[in-house]
Amino acid sequence: MNFLLEPLSIVTFFPLLGVLVLLFLKPEQKNALRWTALLTSLVTFFISLWAFFFSGLYNPANGGLQLVARYDWINVAGWQIRYYLAADGLSILLILLTTFITPLAILSTWTAVEERVKDFMLFFLLLEVGMTGVFVAQDLFLFYIFWEFTLVPMYFLIGIWGGPRRLYAAVKFFLYTMAGSILMLLAILWLGINGGTFSVPDLVAQGNIPANAQTWLFLAFAAAFAIKVPMWPLHSWLPDAHVEAPTAGSVILAGVLLKMGTYGFLRFNLPLFPQAAVQFAPLIGWLAVIGILYGAAVSFAQKDVKKLVAYSSVSHLGFVMLGLFALNAQGVAGAILQMVNHGLSTGALFLLVGMIYEQTHTRDIPVYGGLWKITPIFGTVMLIVSLSSMGLPGLNGFVGEFTILLGAFGAGMQGGVFAGAGGFWLAGLAAVGVILAAIYILYMFQKMFLGPAGEVTHHHELKDLNWREIVTLLPILVFIFWIGLYPKPFFDLMMPAIENLLVPFQTILMAAH
Amino acid sequence: MLLSEANPAAGLFVLVPWIVFAPVIGLLINAFAGKRLGERGVGWVASLASGAAFLVSALQFYALTLHPEGAQVKIAEWIRIGQLSLDWTFRVDSLSVTMMLVVSGVGTLIHIYAIGYMHEDVRFKHDPARFPRFFVFLNLFIAAMMILVSADNYLMLFVGWEGVGLCSFLLIGFWYDLDTLGRSSWANSNAAKKAFITNRVGDFGFLIAGFLIFWYMGSFAFSEVFAAAPEVAKTHPWVITAITVFMLVGVAGKSAQIPLYVWLPDAMAGPTPVSALIHAATMVTAGVYLVTRSFPLFGLTHDGQYIVATVGAVTALFAATIAVGQYDIKKVLAYSTISQLGFMVAAVGMGAYVAGMFHLVTHAFFKALLFLSAGSVILGLERGHHHGHHAPSSPVLPPQGAGNSLSHGEIDRVKEEVFDPGDIRNMGGLRARMPVTFWVYLIGALALAGIFPLAGFWSKDEILLDAFLHYPHVYWLLTLAAFLTAFYMGRQVWMVFFGKARHEAAEHAQESPSVITIPLIILAALSAFGGFINLPFKGFHQFGYWLEHTLGAIEFPPFNFMVAGVSTVLALGAIALSWFLYQRKPLEHGQTDPLAKPLGLVFVGMEQKWFIDEAYQFLFVQPYRALASWLAQKVDWDFWHEWFHDSVLVKGFVTLARLLADPVDLGFIDRVSYWLSDAIRASAETLRKLQNGFVRSYALSVVLGVAAILGYLLLK
Repeated sequence: MNFLLEPLSIVTFFPLLGVLVLLFLKPEQKNALRWTALLTSLVTFFISLWAFFFSGLYNPANGGLQLVARYDWINVAGWQIRYYLAADGLSILLILLTTFITPLAILSTWTAVEERVKDFMLFFLLLEVGMTGVFVAQDLFLFYIFWEFTLVPMYFLIGIWGGPRRLYAAVKFFLYTMAGSILMLLAILWLGINGGTFSVPDLVAQGNIPANAQTWLFLAFAAAFAIKVPMWPLHSWLPDAHVEAPTAGSVILAGVLLKMGTYGFLRFNLPLFPQAAVQFAPLIGWLAVIGILYGAAVSFAQKDVKKLVAYSSVSHLGFVMLGLFALNAQGVAGAILQMVNHGLSTGALFLLVGMIYEQTHTRDIPVYGGLWKITPIFGTVMLIVSLSSMGLPGLNGFVGEFTILLGAFGAGMQGGVFAGAGGFWLAGLAAVGVILAAIYILYMFQKMFLGPAGEVTHHHELKDLNWREIVTLLPILVFIFWIGLYPKPFFDLMMPAIENLLVPFQTILMAAH
Repeated sequence: MLLSEANPAAGLFVLVPWIVFAPVIGLLINAFAGKRLGERGVGWVASLASGAAFLVSALQFYALTLHPEGAQVKIAEWIRIGQLSLDWTFRVDSLSVTMMLVVSGVGTLIHIYAIGYMHEDVRFKHDPARFPRFFVFLNLFIAAMMILVSADNYLMLFVGWEGVGLCSFLLIGFWYDLDTLGRSSWANSNAAKKAFITNRVGDFGFLIAGFLIFWYMGSFAFSEVFAAAPEVAKTHPWVITAITVFMLVGVAGKSAQIPLYVWLPDAMAGPTPVSALIHAATMVTAGVYLVTRSFPLFGLTHDGQYIVATVGAVTALFAATIAVGQYDIKKVLAYSTISQLGFMVAAVGMGAYVAGMFHLVTHAFFKALLFLSAGSVILGLERGHHHGHHAPSSPVLPPQGAGNSLSHGEIDRVKEEVFDPGDIRNMGGLRARMPVTFWVYLIGALALAGIFPLAGFWSKDEILLDAFLHYPHVYWLLTLAAFLTAFYMGRQVWMVFFGKARHEAAEHAQESPSVITIPLIILAALSAFGGFINLPFKGFHQFGYWLEHTLGAIEFPPFNFMVAGVSTVLALGAIALSWFLYQRKPLEHGQTDPLAKPLGLVFVGMEQKWFIDEAYQFLFVQPYRALASWLAQKVDWDFWHEWFHDSVLVKGFVTLARLLADPVDLGFIDRVSYWLSDAIRASAETLRKLQNGFVRSYALSVVLGVAAILGYLLLK
């Protein structure tokens, strides 16, 4: 049982305790169910804070894996599968983001979910287990289990509590992710059999994967992750899933699930297949830039506000991918921070959209208008979150976007990974995304919040944010300002690990020039 | 970096962050307690916050007179990634302190003025609850502008740079549900959005310049960048030119130069104090400040300087021609501002930093004065309109939706019903009814026209002199612009204050209260005597000597009587010409502009702003809109989402499955296939039972699965 007492095991599996409690409650005890889920996720959050900052077991200055829980699990036919959890600077912020966003998402369902509350909360806590597991697993096999496991609760969250086309969306979400995962599974099996272990750190340390094998292994992993991100042009499941998912589902989807894709690139593709990563970097960089511009333009043409936010994710995650594959310190650090930023800002956007939808039951942008006058607090929070999403300096989004673009620009210089591939153009076009982001965000804000009162604004007795909603949003607002004004502690957490990560690339790029 | 403890004055430098903190505290108080404080309280808090920033700036000035070397005050580390090292550091030197004094000084006066102005404005617009919000935004602006001018590195400057852009957006759209005539409309929010997006185009240029700076000079901090620049200029001369040109894009956005000036005229949708503070005196001069701050870079590239100077000069003339054809009192001033910013940009482009900054300061005085006086005129007319109508509601609210899509032509048409207090054709003869406003306006207009010995004369002349000596084409463009400046200001003064009232509102106009007129009088004094800080005579270049601490040794060309004479004669001639056209036979109600006939199509061009807005609509806005909806509808949805996914992927899969199934069915493994299909049906039955819709049982199975795994682990 020792393995269950490891700090990261507790962080990961604590929500199961809540699940257990939920099972003993009656479906009619809605508030008890809600409180159980909320308290469970809150305690999980505090445990994660304790594990990283107050237990004394995690040293942020150390760039290696820490809080290691490593136990033999399955030893069959020479396969070494381990129960292997650990965290480092690449994952710590994502783990915290998961445990931070989950209680907020649960809080947002307080009045929005009235049907089958028990089942909803069950799936939600199970989802948290899966997501945290993805970010802490260091064994490929274990990772794959968690990765696939997240699909199940999310499938039901969309399929049961979703909008009118929920089944279509849920199935599509499931199948797209599965399709990519199968290729990844093959690659995992190849690695495990060839390397004699599924432990990622061991495989990285062996580092003897031949270049041609790297190419297809890289692509197999990339297939799973690129769909999840989603990278252009594999994004066609995203608008469906977002539009149909209930608010809390969209928040988690945007806030955490998409990051599993970018994190996958960071944790597996870069360290396991460095040669292939350098080889594919220009291609991925250009796809990312297309995604940035395409997502922004398509966003601008949307009438459904949830779709607008969904497509904006395609644009934002384009920035993340661009930063990751700039393969320099600024790009990767910016990308990790931008994963967090996107989780906060887009998560908050979905929360806000959900809050107004609860009252009006429409997401049609043109029927709003003049909302700021009627709901001033709601309008002000929306403004701040929108500005964060469009990267206004002083707020979190800017720090991420700026460092990513700086990194991408640097990668276009001589010796950089984009140098031979129109480097300056790559970064320059990506920077155009900053203009386009202003266009779609301001379009949304103007048409909903400014101008004369629209149909819906006229005909509904709209209420401003209530205390529960303010409490839901306030923590996010704190981080929007904190990261914007003083991001140093966040970068400090990740820098040692990033430096370790980048060592092989410096050697490869030096050799190339 | 703290200087010697021996002298207490140096200790004053550590106070510099308070130029930002003070307004931030003010805005927080007003944001959270504004409702309870009441108008008077809100106004006081905001003005005190801005006043405190001015006081701190003045202390910096004092400390700087004793320690001309200045200081850098670091309050926190900001970003540390590899070689990227950024701090929140304030820079105190003569250049930044000059800007601090102008921003907080003029800013505080405008805060006070706004207490009176907004008190009436919110009532004319029937929304007194919006009063506190105005001062929250105004304080936010002071904070952002202070960050901009006191930053010690390009990225912190950029924070202020976009921050003021945000304030500009918020304040242009302050009456976001109305148009400039107070009717329910999208017009004001459109203007706000246009300003933000246009500025973002400029910011794109700023960002690219920043990337080049960092990767070629290894830092964003001013001193380190400037130290590394000469070496880069030797090895990669194109880099310096590229940096300056991309920076110019940013300058064109913020300081409203060709081709990005189009947002500024629309920005007049904001309340008049905003037009004065942000869109005339301070924010729009940020570009001029940026070039001056980056003088070591511009000094290394002749091409860059030539481009900047030319853009400034062309803008100066181009905007002046438009100002001649406008009827809205604030629009004239808006185009005039673009034109004067052109003078400044041309000056700093030529390397005449002292002249450019000098004009920036004097322009802040007289243009703030002109805008605020124009606001006083507008309020006077509003009062007169009320008086004449004895009706409680002046702004006529058309039925819902009617005001949503008014084009310019339509606005002209409905002008009969809706009174426009900003239209100079509705004015006339206000000299007698609003004497204080008249006199201060006259001083401002003459200062802008460059009449000896008012402030504008000295500063404009210094620019012209530098152009005359080094850039003849700039000199000719600017001289022509100066002639037009005097002409349109003459036209405006004659039409507003002289002649007969052309509307009953003008007949009954009333002078403004002292909370409004006192700031006007102070600004009028500054506009009259502000030029004496930098007289062009040996030993009198006080402002120049002051800036030398930052800009290095400066050469002061001797006063040139020819240049000064030519510009004075031209200005007087322009005023005489405007008298001849507009005052010899004062305009009657409904009469067309006397220039319309002799100038013909040229006047139509000036009146319609040379159709630049329409051209931009056609060239950029509509194509992007079309592209976006084509991508969204045709490419992303119809092709990719519907056809490719639903028709190709799904149908393809189904077809493939059938193709495989049929031969199997017909083949000899009938039994196997039957068995298979039976098995599938059976398992489907089981699955259907599992999918009984009771999530409880799904959950149960998940838990069972987890339990099984855990059990396996435990028992193993």
